[in-house]
Amino acid sequence: MGELKLMKGNEAIAEAIIRAGADGYFGYPITPQSEVLEYLMAAKPWETTGMVVLQAESEVASINMLYGGGGTGKKVVTSSSSPGISLMQEGLSYIAGAEIPILIINVVRGGPGLGDIQPSQSDYFQATKGGGHGDYRLIVLAPSSVQEMADFVPVAYELAFKYRNPAMILSDGAIGQMMEKVEFFEPMPRLSDEEIKARYPWATNGKPMNGERRILTSLDLDPQKLEDHNIHLQEKYRQIEETEVRFETLQCDDAEYVIVAYGTSARVSLKAVKLLREKGVKVGLLRPITLWPFPTKKIQKLVDQGVKGFLSVEMSAGQMVEDVRLAVNGKVKVEHYGRFGGMIHSPEEVVEALEQKIIGG
Amino acid sequence: MTEEIIIAGFGGQGVLSMGKILAYSGIMQDQEVSWMPSYGPEMRGGTANVTVIVSDERISSPILRAYDTAIILNQQSMDKFEPAVKPGGTLLYDPNGISRHPSRKDINIYRVEGAQKAAEMGNTKIFNMIVLGAYLKIKPIVKLENVIAGLKKSLPERHHKLIPLNEDAINLGMKSVEVVQEV
Amino acid sequence: MSETALKDIIKPENLVYQKTRLMTDKPLSYCPGCGHGTTHRLIMEVIEEMGKEHETIGVAPVGCSVLAYEFMDVDMQEAAHGRAPALATAIKRLWPDHIVFTYQGDGDLAAIGTAETIHACNRGEKFVIIFINNGIYGMTGGQMAPTTLEGMKTSTSPYGRDPNIMGHPLKITELVAQLPGTYYVTRQSVHTPSAVRKAKRAIKKAFENQLNNAPGLSFVEVVSNCNSGWKMTPVDANNWMEENMFPFYPIGDIKVDGQLVK
Repeated sequence: MGELKLMKGNEAIAEAIIRAGADGYFGYPITPQSEVLEYLMAAKPWETTGMVVLQAESEVASINMLYGGGGTGKKVVTSSSSPGISLMQEGLSYIAGAEIPILIINVVRGGPGLGDIQPSQSDYFQATKGGGHGDYRLIVLAPSSVQEMADFVPVAYELAFKYRNPAMILSDGAIGQMMEKVEFFEPMPRLSDEEIKARYPWATNGKPMNGERRILTSLDLDPQKLEDHNIHLQEKYRQIEETEVRFETLQCDDAEYVIVAYGTSARVSLKAVKLLREKGVKVGLLRPITLWPFPTKKIQKLVDQGVKGFLSVEMSAGQMVEDVRLAVNGKVKVEHYGRFGGMIHSPEEVVEALEQKIIGG
Repeated sequence: MTEEIIIAGFGGQGVLSMGKILAYSGIMQDQEVSWMPSYGPEMRGGTANVTVIVSDERISSPILRAYDTAIILNQQSMDKFEPAVKPGGTLLYDPNGISRHPSRKDINIYRVEGAQKAAEMGNTKIFNMIVLGAYLKIKPIVKLENVIAGLKKSLPERHHKLIPLNEDAINLGMKSVEVVQEV
Repeated sequence: MSETALKDIIKPENLVYQKTRLMTDKPLSYCPGCGHGTTHRLIMEVIEEMGKEHETIGVAPVGCSVLAYEFMDVDMQEAAHGRAPALATAIKRLWPDHIVFTYQGDGDLAAIGTAETIHACNRGEKFVIIFINNGIYGMTGGQMAPTTLEGMKTSTSPYGRDPNIMGHPLKITELVAQLPGTYYVTRQSVHTPSAVRKAKRAIKKAFENQLNNAPGLSFVEVVSNCNSGWKMTPVDANNWMEENMFPFYPIGDIKVDGQLVK
């Protein structure tokens, strides 16, 4: 068992990036996640693991540095918050099209526009439905504790490289700024250049001695070839949906009602579940860990099991609720509850919402 | 055992670091902890507050509307958080700068002259440790030895020479806390 | 000429020119008379001569040369419009012993990618930027570029570029030469045999700087014609370039070994 540390979510993710054997971080400061770059610059990993850390001139540059670096087979990462992530959408679309594995962290704040700097979950659509132009998906992991901020870094890298697809850790200002105890995984060594060349034959890091040059591009001017490429991408996404869904259920076995919530909302909802159980209401919590792929089948199973209603609790005007509704497919009631614009609902408000919108409604 | 605490005052009073030491002390005795600050521009000179939860079980919501204990160090925080103490809960405050004292009848109220004692000790920086001592006297949720261990973890090595001073301040706070009302 | 005669001529000892093997056999998609093909060849010749084809990574732009990776037989990445210096920054920092270059046009480098260009230059990133300046957007059909000359007609300045409405042509090469992070900055052309020889020397110097780990970025502008965009014959386009482009964009070194040329 490793040493327990008390750390902010943003600091934990920065430490986990170093420990996960990342080769390069490229980022631009924005509240509420600037601690990531600050921590890395203070830690000076270039002196220990050899990891590169660079403060870029913009989020636009950061994401394109990830294209370049990730395209050579190195483990690269950036972090930002909502307005900065919007700036990265062009690059993400290119990266998804060229099938480059990268890690991007979004510590979400209130929007739209400049919004505020308080926690929010209103970037769900952007994260899970593509975000930029074209038909593509990001693999999206949603931590709900500081421990998961650390643990999901190697998981996200594993998925990104397994599928040659960008992966996102979708956090929020509360988990980024809060401190909890965290126990780190053992450091993983960075891969050597030779190991990278052997593992990732697609990577553009110098034409092989006995092989053809590699090209990474999202361009194909021949529409038939581009359709074929899209079919390949869609097949890959179906495979991810089949095999990579992750979630946690709490007290769902006998539940008549289920709250669906991720991240900070899941924490608040867990307390609401306790308060409701104390009142004798049979309620459970389904916490999606992967937001894409979404735990659609689990929700369908809960419907089959006799759950009478679902409440999607999100710090947004109602985004994930659409995926819950698609899964439930009209069989039972689905409602949304949530505060937004940087406000966080209290457990008591969630209790009231379930009682009024689902049980009483 | 679950203790949900709000610590609120001005930025610069050591509100956040007091919460951090309390959270570290919880870790030292194998408890679950969370530390959730208010953050943003208001931290710079304005009000600051932090929610600290220490528990024997997995912590659910790190963000709360009702608290077992409120530690209140300025008037704005009194106005905001006195109503947020759970019935039967605890309010600890420093009367320095407070014009409207707490008036609820259904909670335990204590006071500690933290600012004044710190000035007497000649070091205003240990103000928050005096208040922490007062709190631990009322609610000994963490042992003093674990607070010292927590201090060692949260302070950089070069500041470890200040630990005895902090310990004195905690002890002074324990001695100085006064009961206003107990229910 | 009979077959026997041809066979007598095609012999190694009679060889006067051979295409570098680092240019693929794919027919170039550029207009006849355009400078892109020649510049591609010079870069590939230099990399072949340095023996670095297995340690080179190129970054292609958006513009006429968007398909540069079809013609250059080295590992290549295709960047979003203007972002090539950001890609190259990460590639070079993660593979510091490799040869890294971007190949960009005027719209890519000096309009949409200005921030990436200036900051890569200012950080002193140790790669090579090859910048083709033909004063027009060729691929999209002849729109005004940041480097379009005053009075020059394009499809989006049909009455000629009026600086009062459209701003001034941008001398980005002179601009980046002022930055402490650039080590070698030069402007060349490839419209005559002697110009091609000089351009090759400049490109070679730029890549050798990288090989020698010189403390900064090497930046080679190639002023080129765009005969189809300018709506001229190739010969007229070259003449027009000499008469109009060169006075505003003078050929020659601007900064050598980190020192501005007086």
